[in-house]
Amino acid sequence: MESTKRTYVSKLVHELKPSGIRRFFDLAAGMEGVISLGVGEPDFVTPWHIREAAISSLEQGYTSYTPNAGLLELREEIAYYMKTQFNVSYSPTDEIIVTVGASSAIDIALRTILDPGDEVIVVEPCFVSYVPMVELAGGVAVQVQALKENDFKILPDQIEAVITEKTKAIMICSPNNPTGTMLSKSELEGLAQLANKYDFLVIADEIYAELAYDEEYTSMAAIDGMLERTILVSGFSKGFAMTGWRLGFVCAPVEISSAMLKVHQYGLMCASTMSQYAAIEALKNGRPDVEEMVKSYRRRRNYIVQSFNEIGLECHEPGGAFYAFPSVQSTGLTSQEFAERLLLQEGVAVVPGDVFGESGEGHIRCSYASSLEQLQEAIKRIKRFIDSLE
Amino acid sequence: MRLNEKELEIVEILEKDARTATGDIAKMVGLSVEETEQSIKKLEENKVIVRYISIVDWTKVEEHPGVRAMIDVKVTPKRGVGFDEIAERIYRFDEVNSVYLMSGTYDLSIIVEGKSMNEVANFVSQKLSTLDSVISTTTHFILKKYKHDGIIFEPDNKDKRIVVSP
Repeated sequence: MESTKRTYVSKLVHELKPSGIRRFFDLAAGMEGVISLGVGEPDFVTPWHIREAAISSLEQGYTSYTPNAGLLELREEIAYYMKTQFNVSYSPTDEIIVTVGASSAIDIALRTILDPGDEVIVVEPCFVSYVPMVELAGGVAVQVQALKENDFKILPDQIEAVITEKTKAIMICSPNNPTGTMLSKSELEGLAQLANKYDFLVIADEIYAELAYDEEYTSMAAIDGMLERTILVSGFSKGFAMTGWRLGFVCAPVEISSAMLKVHQYGLMCASTMSQYAAIEALKNGRPDVEEMVKSYRRRRNYIVQSFNEIGLECHEPGGAFYAFPSVQSTGLTSQEFAERLLLQEGVAVVPGDVFGESGEGHIRCSYASSLEQLQEAIKRIKRFIDSLE
Repeated sequence: MRLNEKELEIVEILEKDARTATGDIAKMVGLSVEETEQSIKKLEENKVIVRYISIVDWTKVEEHPGVRAMIDVKVTPKRGVGFDEIAERIYRFDEVNSVYLMSGTYDLSIIVEGKSMNEVANFVSQKLSTLDSVISTTTHFILKKYKHDGIIFEPDNKDKRIVVSP
């Protein structure tokens, strides 16, 4: 027998690229006095009454498993929430699954619908996990690029150009991480027409739905005829400032939901029980907190977008989420060069746009989920950095 | 005065931090600096914004001797003027910081400030209890201030997030 060393890691995982964010994390984590605009989560701590509900559930001894799909009381609250906030109707008993963050919702959705070789259209720039998750589920990610000149919105023609017989679904995220772009009702309708015409599903990542600043939010599933073809992914992380609780949910018609529940039940059993009790409190009494936070993000968005434009980094006004995505092309640097030199020279961490896909090149993602003082200081340092380039 | 959306935003920003620069407020609410200045002036003239004050943690100041007490006061109301007359007699004292008419087991809740416990005790025994309408007083000294008017005095503001995340 030949004595070549056996590799234990699968070919698929071996070939998976590590996230480009990791490198920046390592660089920034070792530095002192860094102002970070690189954080993809709220700067608010979870409101106290929500934390208190989890503490109380622990005190009362609710420490065992819940049903696979999550506590029925929570699913009922989610159904009511989705109806009243987003005008979409799902049955709490068989069309809603409580998951471990929105990430696991996307994961079980993909693993449920994909046969080997099935294609999923992924609109980039996008969350770093989309493409790897499609590949891990045995699918093929077909990337289409939302372009800066279209305000980072994908056009129906671009989608139609990549549709094949193997197209099973398209993944969209609105408001978007990293661009903050929000799709309007008519833009969603354009997408819906294609989904109907070519008979594919839409995986709608609506995790930032609460954070819409100018227009009222429209859910993909609220578009005529789309309830049947949408897998709606959402959760508590962004709107309720609950990232560390790892709690999301997925809504889909019963045929898909019951299949997803099999994947969820074998892979994860159920989401964390104390987090579920916290989420019930969030939905019952958290509305004023969300409204306060939205107001605060909106002010900071206005501040940072105008400030970027003033210091010479062209920045479109994002309609939602908490990211600004200014262009750094005027500096002549690539987004990686810009982000790395800015970090080393001025101690400001941002995320280079190309880690979210090719069309993010030439941009940096700046989270404005930081205090106004921090944002002011960051802008000051970025300006000094740009001036030093000339 | 009915405030428009922008004015309301300005008041909310200033209520949280009265020292926010006008230029920053202008950016946050989407007005020009001049418009923002005018709005603030109007709010001040109409006494929507009454005053800009600082919240001071006097316990940080060495040898600052201030003490505060909350005093529950039972009084006899008077025909025609109810509690108002006695309330006025009490709130005119400089030592008195606040006076509230309360529901429940006593009538007036007053907050008194003094340089020492002795000074507050003297005020209660010499000035307050001797008023004709005052039936009884119960004095509670404040030992430590954790939160005052919505402001937490020693907040844990540490950013607990990891530096870069997707």
